[in-house]
Formats: sequence, C-alpha cells, structure tokens
Amino acid sequence: MINPPAVVQATPGADRRAVLLGATASGVVLAFLASAPGVSAQDKPQTWEDALKKIVGDAKPVDGKIISLDLPEIAENGNTVPFTVAVDSPMSDKEYVKSVHVFSTGNPQPSVASFRLTPDSGKAQVSSRMRLAKTQDIVGVAELSDGKLIMTKRTIKVTIGGCGG
Amino acid sequence: MTTKPRIKLPDSAKAGDVIEVKTLISHVMETGQRKDKDGKPIPRNIINAFSASYNGKPVFGADLAPGISANPYIAFHMKVPGPGAFEFTWVDDAGVKVSETLKLNVV
Repeated sequence: MINPPAVVQATPGADRRAVLLGATASGVVLAFLASAPGVSAQDKPQTWEDALKKIVGDAKPVDGKIISLDLPEIAENGNTVPFTVAVDSPMSDKEYVKSVHVFSTGNPQPSVASFRLTPDSGKAQVSSRMRLAKTQDIVGVAELSDGKLIMTKRTIKVTIGGCGG
Repeated sequence: MTTKPRIKLPDSAKAGDVIEVKTLISHVMETGQRKDKDGKPIPRNIINAFSASYNGKPVFGADLAPGISANPYIAFHMKVPGPGAFEFTWVDDAGVKVSETLKLNVV
C-alpha cells in the first residue's frame, strides 16, 4: 500500500522483503488508525462506564439508596419506555443535585440523557421516555453538589426492541 | 421539527410551591443506526439539547442521546420564585432551534 508495485518490478529479487516489510508497516498504520478515538467509538460499543467517564472524569460512582429509578418491569414496546429518576436531596443552595445521568447497558450507545438541575429545581425528579433495544440493565447516576456520584441499577425486560432496523 | 411544542404547567401556583413542568415536542429523533431501503445509513438527527429558564435564569437543562424516544417528553420540577414566565428551547442536530415562552399563573 505504501511501497508502490513499481519497486517489485524494478528489482524483483531483493525487494520482495522490502515490499513485505512495507506491507507490515502499512498494516500497523491501519491498526493504529483503527484504535484512534474517533474510529473506535463507532466500531466497538462503548460501555456505560466509558460514557460516564466522558462526562464526569475519573470519579467512581457508589451505590446509594438516595437515587431511585422508576421503570416498568416489562416493556412491551422498546420504542417508548417511560422512566422517572428521582434523588432524595434537600435541593438547597448548599446541598443539591447538580445532574442526573441515565445509561443503558444493552443499547448500541450507552448514553440516554443527562439532566442538569439547580437549587431552584426544588425537587430532583425528572421523567422522560427512552428506547430500549433488548432486555437489559438501566443505570442512573446522580452527581451531587459536593462532587459525590451515587448510582442505582435496574433490570428491565423488553419484549420488542425499539432501535429500528 | 415544525409543530408547536406542548407544555403543561399547573393552572396556578404560589411562590414557594414546587411545580412539575411537562414538555413534549414532535421530532423523529433519528438514531443514525437505521438504514433506508437501499441499505444506506439514515443520518442521525435528534434533539440533542433542551433547556428551560424562568425569568431569564436557567432552571433545567438536558443533553439527549439517541436513546431518547421519538417526540421527546421531558418533565422536571421547579420551585416557584414568584411571578414570571418560562422560556423553553429545543435544538436538534440539524441546528433547528425551537423556542417557546409561557407565563406561569402565580396567585
């Protein structure tokens, strides 16, 4: 790919090795390109942990009871699954929920939504509707004003997946 | 994204009340995962951002991914600081922006 075939024709004997080396080198280049962030993001599915890291950095979430994720136990139609995520917080200027992130573990892309709250929210509770490709776990992560990350996980059965095809 | 968004506020609220604000907008929320009948991928076009402010102060924001259903419904809460109006904004991947203003009836 890098060494043009012309080299082979000019001196057939000795340059075979060079061509092979060239081929190996271009193989390495291709492998390197494939591992570049932009490409790999499309090729290999991200985990929800990767997606969370992209948003909050290296902080690790801990399981906590203050966050709840309300989902149906069984979703007959994965195209539109209602969910509510709520965090028990005083929502005062000193102590509030900064954001709530929702991830899927079995969709082509793990991110579902990130909600940004303020002390003016009064109540840390958000509802929306999501698509689910198949039966899987849903993860909710609350980012508190002191920087703590609290998570919860729920399993949901999906009868008919909702990611189109 | 042409239709008018639908927003549901309580009929009336008092200052200090925590109210729920429900919003819905028509949008295909094309995931980018689907292919058309010729096998070509259909480009992604989703509403990627929603925000709400009250009297100019941001109260809620959302970054949405293709995992959110078509015609996205978003409901959130706000502690009513006093009389005023909401401004809601939705933006999609094509850069189309829809804004809506709605007064809250504070008694």
